[in-house]
Amino acid sequence: MNTLVSTLDSSRPMNGMSSRRVWAAYVEEARSECLRYLRNPGFLLPTLLFPSVFYLMFGIFLGHANGPDAPRYLLASYGTFGVMAPGLFGFGVSLALERDTGLLTLKRALPMPAGAYLLGKMIMAMMVAAIVAMLLLSMATFLAHASLSFSQMLSLFGTDLFGVLPFCGLGLLLGTLIKGQGAPGLVNMIYLPMAFLSGLWFPLSMMPALIQQLAPVWPSYHLNQLALSAVGLGQTAVWPHVLVLCAYTVAFVWWAARRLRRYG
Amino acid sequence: MSTYIAPVARLAGAVKHYGSLTALDGLDLMLHRGEMLALLGPNGAGKSTAIGLLLGLIRADAGTVELFGADPQQLMARRRIGVMLQAASLPHTLHVGELLRLTASYYPAPRTLHESAELAGIVDLLKRPYGKLSGGQQRRVQFAMALCGRPELLFLDEPTVGMDIEARQKLWATIRQLVAEGCAVVLTTHYLEEAEALADRVCVMARGKIISEGSVDELRARVSLKRVRCMTRLDTQAVSSWPEVVEARQEGERLWMSTDAAEALVRRLLHADAQLSELEVQRAGLAEAFTELTRETEHSVSDQREAA
Repeated sequence: MNTLVSTLDSSRPMNGMSSRRVWAAYVEEARSECLRYLRNPGFLLPTLLFPSVFYLMFGIFLGHANGPDAPRYLLASYGTFGVMAPGLFGFGVSLALERDTGLLTLKRALPMPAGAYLLGKMIMAMMVAAIVAMLLLSMATFLAHASLSFSQMLSLFGTDLFGVLPFCGLGLLLGTLIKGQGAPGLVNMIYLPMAFLSGLWFPLSMMPALIQQLAPVWPSYHLNQLALSAVGLGQTAVWPHVLVLCAYTVAFVWWAARRLRRYG
Repeated sequence: MSTYIAPVARLAGAVKHYGSLTALDGLDLMLHRGEMLALLGPNGAGKSTAIGLLLGLIRADAGTVELFGADPQQLMARRRIGVMLQAASLPHTLHVGELLRLTASYYPAPRTLHESAELAGIVDLLKRPYGKLSGGQQRRVQFAMALCGRPELLFLDEPTVGMDIEARQKLWATIRQLVAEGCAVVLTTHYLEEAEALADRVCVMARGKIISEGSVDELRARVSLKRVRCMTRLDTQAVSSWPEVVEARQEGERLWMSTDAAEALVRRLLHADAQLSELEVQRAGLAEAFTELTRETEHSVSDQREAA
């Protein structure tokens, strides 16, 4: 066996790849993933339009009827609503489609570092989340004239940027459970009810007691609490929500990785 | 032992089950540097499973699977291969050049973008979005992606499906050039001409095993038979004793014959039965040849059982 290994073509230093080249693979993967979705209006338009149109309607045109805090309150909720989409769709639906069309098989056969694939999608989702947050923040500032300090804006931006990660995890898991063209519909059936039940469209205080009690089950509820704290409307401590979201992310990714390893 | 040359890829006694189905039943396969192997067989013969094992996409239930002496699931081993799969839908919104750049980034010492594009004949397509290309052009882009990493072993799964004749010839020429440079190739194809044009060695698979292995000429000798079908009153038994006929049987209303002298047989048939109708002469396709080969092995298996 030793002879076999030692006589393998050793004329090329193929066995290792310089860390600079491995890094380049990560960068290229992320770059391709971002370009690919930025050029895809079918993904980008609904992701950007839904939260901003909702915010325009309820937060700005109808907002002041609900009291002075409404534009800020809805900025937080629609921000949460907005950043769920790139995670669930950019990660989940794209994985479900790529498993179906053979792209994932090809990528697994190629010497692509598995981490580059996941990181690429993650960066794409974070980038879209950043665009959603910027859009809503500019609308809040210039159209709704919401009273936001710079540090509140920054803190909401950060919350939205990193808040996409649990939904990347959930999307990843969903992408391993469902496959093919039916994926967008199925993901919507999770996305929209979850948003509603977490009080992103109507404040939880207006909802039946059962829904209020159930709300802490949803990751979007916890992200929304963080977003509300970021704009100065938080009622509870921040850390429990951060911990719950971290736990969700780890659990989703762990479960998804297990499924991917087993079933491809 | 020091002159022993390690194979670039090796399957030894590889077994793979899907539920109760045995996809690979103790497959042995070895591939050396600069060798061009065509893997042929009917659908469900286990070709895809064999390739899947060598690419590290699936794990064998038993047996050995090695790529450059290592486990194919290790990135290190796969950095020496190039892959072109049959069904892979690449992102439509990315440009050809971007796809090539991305794929090249996975490899330690890739070719330049221009070199890969030149080899695959897609220099004029580099700026085009992948989704706007024709099926044949997309195939060529996938071929460029397969060779861009300077692989020592290339997996090509039905590489020329959807290509016009000119593009196919060009691709064959490039494959020959790569083989001459020492690259080994595993080719799966349904086109006999493709295997004929390229392969040093042909393995025919059926039911998870290799049932025939040899040079292209050896395989061709088995498939050069033609089949003749017609409606006739002639007796099957009598016809099967003619020297022109290798095999004859009744297939529904028609008489079915395989022959290595089609012209002589047709002349004799027409002479013997003036009322003969619906005459057809067909070259036995590769798929049919496999059916024959498969049937032969099935027979030999049952013969052995009877003898035992």
